[in-house]
Amino acid sequence: MSAQTNPLVGHGGRARRRKLTGQVMEALATAAAVLAAVVLAIVLVTLTKRALPAINVDLFTQNAAPFGQTGGGIKNAIVGTVIITGIATAIALPAGVLLAIFNTEFAPRRLADLIGLTLNVLSGVPTIVIGVFIFGLVVVGRGQSAYAGALGLSIVMLPLVARATEEVLRLVPSHLREGGMALGATRARTVITVILPTAIGGIVTATIVAVARAAGETAPLLFTTSIFVGTTVNTDPSQAMASIPMVIFTSSEQPDPHAQQQAWAAALVLVVIVLAGSIAGRLLSLRTRRQIEQVR
Amino acid sequence: MSTVSEPDRVEKAEVSQAESTTDAVQHQAQAKLGELAAKHTPVPEDQREPVLRLDGVTVSYSGAPAVCDVTMDVFKYQVTAFIGPSGCGKTTLLRSLNRMNDLITGATVDGSITYHGHNLYGSSVDAVEVRRRIGMVFQRPNPFPKSIYDNVAFGLRLHGMKDGLDERIESALHKAALWDEVKDRLKKSALALSGGQQQRLCIARALAIEPEVVLMDEPASALDPIATQRIEDLVNDLKRDYTIVIVTHNMQQAARVADMTAFFSVDVKDGGHRNGVLVEYAPTADLFIRPADPRTEAYVTGRFG
Repeated sequence: MSAQTNPLVGHGGRARRRKLTGQVMEALATAAAVLAAVVLAIVLVTLTKRALPAINVDLFTQNAAPFGQTGGGIKNAIVGTVIITGIATAIALPAGVLLAIFNTEFAPRRLADLIGLTLNVLSGVPTIVIGVFIFGLVVVGRGQSAYAGALGLSIVMLPLVARATEEVLRLVPSHLREGGMALGATRARTVITVILPTAIGGIVTATIVAVARAAGETAPLLFTTSIFVGTTVNTDPSQAMASIPMVIFTSSEQPDPHAQQQAWAAALVLVVIVLAGSIAGRLLSLRTRRQIEQVR
Repeated sequence: MSTVSEPDRVEKAEVSQAESTTDAVQHQAQAKLGELAAKHTPVPEDQREPVLRLDGVTVSYSGAPAVCDVTMDVFKYQVTAFIGPSGCGKTTLLRSLNRMNDLITGATVDGSITYHGHNLYGSSVDAVEVRRRIGMVFQRPNPFPKSIYDNVAFGLRLHGMKDGLDERIESALHKAALWDEVKDRLKKSALALSGGQQQRLCIARALAIEPEVVLMDEPASALDPIATQRIEDLVNDLKRDYTIVIVTHNMQQAARVADMTAFFSVDVKDGGHRNGVLVEYAPTADLFIRPADPRTEAYVTGRFG
């Protein structure tokens, strides 16, 4: 059957234009999606290419080279990042989870909305501002310390942990709360024995994502734990401590090509940590959602 | 006009449809309900012992009454059914009997509800103690995402009833007719059970803490017919040791399990506000065979809702 006589085949200018518009829009949308993936790919490929020559055992086992010398590794910076984000997590996790519990289980609706808004604003505060704030609050008069850096990072983490925990607590169906209370449990008891265990996967996920994010933050550390960090492993948080982001920041500005290459290597290490955290969080969160689906 | 709500039209449609059926069919249905209900021998009037007494009870949400001026007694070792059309406040009233409405902001209870003469809403009354003595089973099975064992142990641990925990759990599962099905997998997740088993687990969980009264809010409405029958059989067994109040949409179910039945209806006020009212409360067979109120008769013969 020819196209002219088939009533189901469009012809003429309008039909062509319609078809073309559809195709153009689809192509643009696809291109935008591809662009996002391509940007990530370019970053990763460049980073890997530049960093690979400097990735070796020494990088992880040697401390930073003393001033004026080349070589060395980023061992002290890795240890520093672990300790600083560890302390930050110890502050932000309980605070964030309690805040989320208060907001979902106890706060009146309006107060909960207000706190939610506050958290959103807090997560939008530029991290450099948080750095300056902690500098003025803690560092001035006392000097830099890992504690100060961790405090800054914990402010970055708090809204992330609280918001994500809130989300997963809201997913826990209300008939579980009623079930607990019908057996004579108080509200608090129900939260501790029923709601939190149900939501624990989501809370772990939120924490991992927040840790990954905090590990890569530079600005809060810039003012708080960046100078006189020493070239050996330091485990005393009351002193300034080296960290991976600060190594990237300072080494990349040095004229020494070895130091520059080390900055690339440190950058790759950081990206791998952040990516691994995000992916682990993503997988865990899928599992939690499936588990909660079961009880709905 | 937009004030004609969906339920209105549905009701009218159902009424006109019901009118087209013959009186004979209606009376057959009524006789069948009566026959089912006559199998129970409720305690004679002079020997009934009230456990819960409701006097002029009105439950409101944010000032708007949902169910108004209910006066009735719930008797010991009897199964009392609340029946009536949707929106008549039967679930609301049930939830006020163990203070589950406390959890809803804006819910208030006026009038008096007493438990063995003690005011349920007295200022020094602890809602936790109320709920230990007056347990509840919900419309949808809601086991905790824990093991079968831990689900039953939950209330026991909560109330410090830890001596002989294993025996108490076994006994509760026996009472809920679930023991034989789960005895080999007590440590497995409760979520792996079927819907009917989950609901019996919820009943076991409620029975474990030795309540005197068990409130059941349409406990079988989410279950298939076989699971429903098991729940009904269970209710019939449990009334030897417990006082049971059951809300149901299903008149046959009320006829099969209840000794006493309370029929609620919806009252539409001048302003268009609807609230539930208690129309008639009587031994189930009487209510179905000789309804005293024309509204009850219309409902049980299927001419309404």
